Amino acid sequence: MLKLLKRLWVIMKSPSTASMGFILVIGFLGGIIFWGGFNTGMEATNTEAFCSGCHAPIVKEIRETIHYSNRSGVRAICSDCHVPHNWTDKIVRKVQASKELVAFAMGTISTEEKFKERRAHLANREWQRMKENNSQECRNCHQFEYMDFSEQGKRSVSQHSTALASGEKTCVDCHKGIAHQLPNMEGIEGW
Amino acid sequence: MKKLLTVIITTGMMIFTVSPVWSEDSDLFSNAGGIESLRGQVEVSTVNSAEILKREPKDQQLIDRNYVQQPPLIPHTIRGYQVNLNANKCLSCHSFKNAGDMGATKISVTHFITREGTTLSDVSPRRYFCLQCHVTQADAKPLVENTFTPVDSLR
Ligand code: HEC
Ligand code: HEC
Ligand code: HEC
Ligand code: HEC
Ligand code: HEC
Ligand code: HEC
Repeated sequence: MLKLLKRLWVIMKSPSTASMGFILVIGFLGGIIFWGGFNTGMEATNTEAFCSGCHAPIVKEIRETIHYSNRSGVRAICSDCHVPHNWTDKIVRKVQASKELVAFAMGTISTEEKFKERRAHLANREWQRMKENNSQECRNCHQFEYMDFSEQGKRSVSQHSTALASGEKTCVDCHKGIAHQLPNMEGIEGW
Repeated sequence: MKKLLTVIITTGMMIFTVSPVWSEDSDLFSNAGGIESLRGQVEVSTVNSAEILKREPKDQQLIDRNYVQQPPLIPHTIRGYQVNLNANKCLSCHSFKNAGDMGATKISVTHFITREGTTLSDVSPRRYFCLQCHVTQADAKPLVENTFTPVDSLR
């Protein structure tokens, strides 16, 4: 066994007789396959079915909300709001998400009761994150520049044309609970 | 004896088939018992064609009240507004604290009064579930005529 490995190493080390072009082609193809597989993997982890594996109660709730059922038939899925579109941010979030695996192993939200206990904490983290990135995920679909005030309701206009336009507040400041049941809101600003 | 019986039976059959005690146009054939409901004089078993779905206007003018002590109607949509143990979306706009910022009508002080008549420092539990008393309005015509007129002071 060791001998075989040694032989392999020697072959790998010594300059190959294969043409440089051939090696490049192999490398290129390998790269494409790796890249494709990587991105497919990233896509697969973006589906709702994947999230529902650990977040079943949440997936159930979302059915009644505007981002599941609406007049235009456009949906926002979990990853639209929780995974950044920008590539580097996406990788960062995925790496951060790896700590969810640790939490999963520890079973922090493994039962409905435990989830209820921890929900306020998780929601706060999410609000904090969205506040820091100025609700980037919402803006991927809803851009302020394209909002037509003549089409919006009176209450929407009075808030969007003031606090939102001036940048004083961001989407999640006013639209908490847009996709989920809220945790206990006592003491949260604006409630 | 046998003859008499035959006569009775045949006359009986004649009466029942030739001149039924109920007339064709009375509604006793239907199982509605001749009662007309809001959906008209139809068999209970017939399925009416559905009305077109009604919508609530997103935002409308405040709706006039018709009598003193009427809970005002909600002039806006309330889809997805959570009112439960954890959160009260209505109060995020209508509470004394937030009404100014959100440009909404403040709840009146009657909402702080308990059943015993004590005034609390926050919304009384019996006024917490707003939709018990306040409801939205769809853009529908009234189903039945209504001749109610509000008292003079509200006209
Ligand atoms: C392996 C199980 C697992 C999967 C799959 C999973 N999660 Fe989680 N997630 C968790 C756990 C466990 C937590 C709780 C973390 C804690 O307790 O600190 C969590 C927390 C969260 C939070 C709360 C915010 C935060 O920073 O902790 C969000 C948002 C979230 N998950 C979104 C998603 C989305 C979107 C998907 C699908 C793309 C997903 N999760 C897939 C296990 C999972
Ligand atoms: C329209 C955007 C949107 C969509 C779609 C969405 N979320 Fe969220 N999510 C949020 C926001 C905003 C929060 C912060 C808490 C809140 O406001 O309810 C949040 C919070 C969470 C939390 C933290 C715990 C909690 O309930 O507050 C988890 C876990 C989570 N989301 C998972 C999911 C999963 C799983 C899906 C897909 C079924 C999903 N989200 C879809 C916007 C969204
Ligand atoms: C994948 C795209 C997408 C993302 C991401 C998204 N939305 Fe939406 N959202 C929509 C669409 C589409 C509608 C309109 C549905 C309709 O009215 O037909 C909508 C509707 C809404 C409405 C109107 C609700 C109503 O009752 O009329 C609000 C408020 C809203 N979104 C807030 C948010 C917030 C806050 C976020 C970020 C946490 C967000 N959205 C993220 C696509 C998205
Ligand atoms: C200062 C508070 C505030 C901020 C910030 C804010 N909104 Fe709103 N928004 C409202 C209010 C109030 C309404 C109307 C009532 C409701 O549906 O909750 C509304 C309504 C909406 C609607 C429905 C519009 C209509 O009338 O059909 C959409 C979509 C929406 N917001 C998206 C967003 C997005 C996206 C952002 C961030 C870019 C944002 N809002 C930021 C307060 C705010
Ligand atoms: C986004 C903020 C907002 C939310 C949330 C909200 N409202 Fe309103 N509501 C308003 C505004 C603003 C007005 C006043 C409109 C006007 O003056 O033209 C109003 C008007 C009303 C009125 C009419 C008051 C009057 O004097 O005729 C009632 C009743 C009402 N709302 C009840 C509710 C209930 C019940 C809920 C919760 C299901 C709710 N509102 C949620 C903003 C809000
Ligand atoms: C038990 C029935 C009841 C409940 C529950 C209730 N209200 Fe009222 N509300 C009334 C009545 C009656 C009035 C009109 C007379 C008055 O002001 O007391 C009123 C008036 C109002 C007004 C108009 C006040 C004004 O000054 O014109 C608003 C706004 C309002 N309610 C909002 C709410 C909100 C928000 C909730 C939930 C937190 C709520 N109400 C719960 C019965 C109720």
